[in-house]
Amino acid sequence: MIAMTVVTGILIVISFLFDREKTIAGIKKGWMQFMKILPTLLSVIIIISVVLHFISNEVLMDYLGAKAGWGAYLSAAILGSISILPGFIAYPLSGILVHSGVSLSVIAVFITTLKMVGILTIPIEKKYFGLKTAIIRNTLSFFGAIIVGGIMAFIYYLI
Amino acid sequence: MKQYLMKYKFDYAIITAFTIFVAGSFYFHFNPGVQIFKDNFRMFLKEMIFVLPVMFIIIGLFDVWISKEKVQKHIGENSGIKGILLVMLLAFLQSGPLYAAFPVAFLLKEKGCSSVNIFIYLSAFTMAKIPMLTFEIGFLGLNFSLLRLVLSVPVFILIGFVMGKYFDKNKCEIKNI
Repeated sequence: MIAMTVVTGILIVISFLFDREKTIAGIKKGWMQFMKILPTLLSVIIIISVVLHFISNEVLMDYLGAKAGWGAYLSAAILGSISILPGFIAYPLSGILVHSGVSLSVIAVFITTLKMVGILTIPIEKKYFGLKTAIIRNTLSFFGAIIVGGIMAFIYYLI
Repeated sequence: MKQYLMKYKFDYAIITAFTIFVAGSFYFHFNPGVQIFKDNFRMFLKEMIFVLPVMFIIIGLFDVWISKEKVQKHIGENSGIKGILLVMLLAFLQSGPLYAAFPVAFLLKEKGCSSVNIFIYLSAFTMAKIPMLTFEIGFLGLNFSLLRLVLSVPVFILIGFVMGKYFDKNKCEIKNI
């Protein structure tokens, strides 16, 4: 992230040296777009914050741990599809879960659905792509993630 | 102004309700409310405030500097495997949540990127950003990451093709909001 900010800073300087007006116009354009998406983003973040509060690590263990058996895969897929966790939270959390006894294959399903499917962000996706496309893309991604997670689970099962 | 408020009425209703809820929670020392704000909301807000403005500035600069012809030539229709590799590379180098990729998708489409490549870009963006991979390898191991990547690439290229064809066939478009 820091790298990206630095690169952006350098790009702005270079761009500014070549053409002042173009640079300002570009930044303005980007900023306007950001302001337009801001209200929707904020409300989505609020909903996610509230929902996340009710899902504690213990609850996660109940549904994803060895006790849950095959149900763990289903829970992982559903949890992954609904939640959107930034990577810097999701990976440490997965690490903790693995240490507390959740199998890597369950984590594989969780991570792949988490990344590819975003049910809670459909309100944002819908604004750009339309509801139908957003739903189709998420559904396809869900099955894609299940396939990837499933094959990984199978490989982990073999070794 | 009225039109603007109507467009975002649900969003502002949620934001207002949440603001009152958090303010009330702090005032009355209602713990769950304070926690929701401190543990969850702040974390997401941080991610958003740091990542998104940067993304949008890049988008703006890209918009004024890169011509339609260039985009069309490299990642437009008939750009083939090279086009696919290019959009994937573009996606891998970025960071941020998926919703940060939508405005980029809009701009790429506007400039003439093919629909198939747009959806490959989106999937690639979700699956394999390099900054996040370092995290993944750190916590779950190199084997896990490699396995996931190798399996994911064909899956998301396939999804990209299906979505792209569907998108063109139904004459869908990406709206700027």
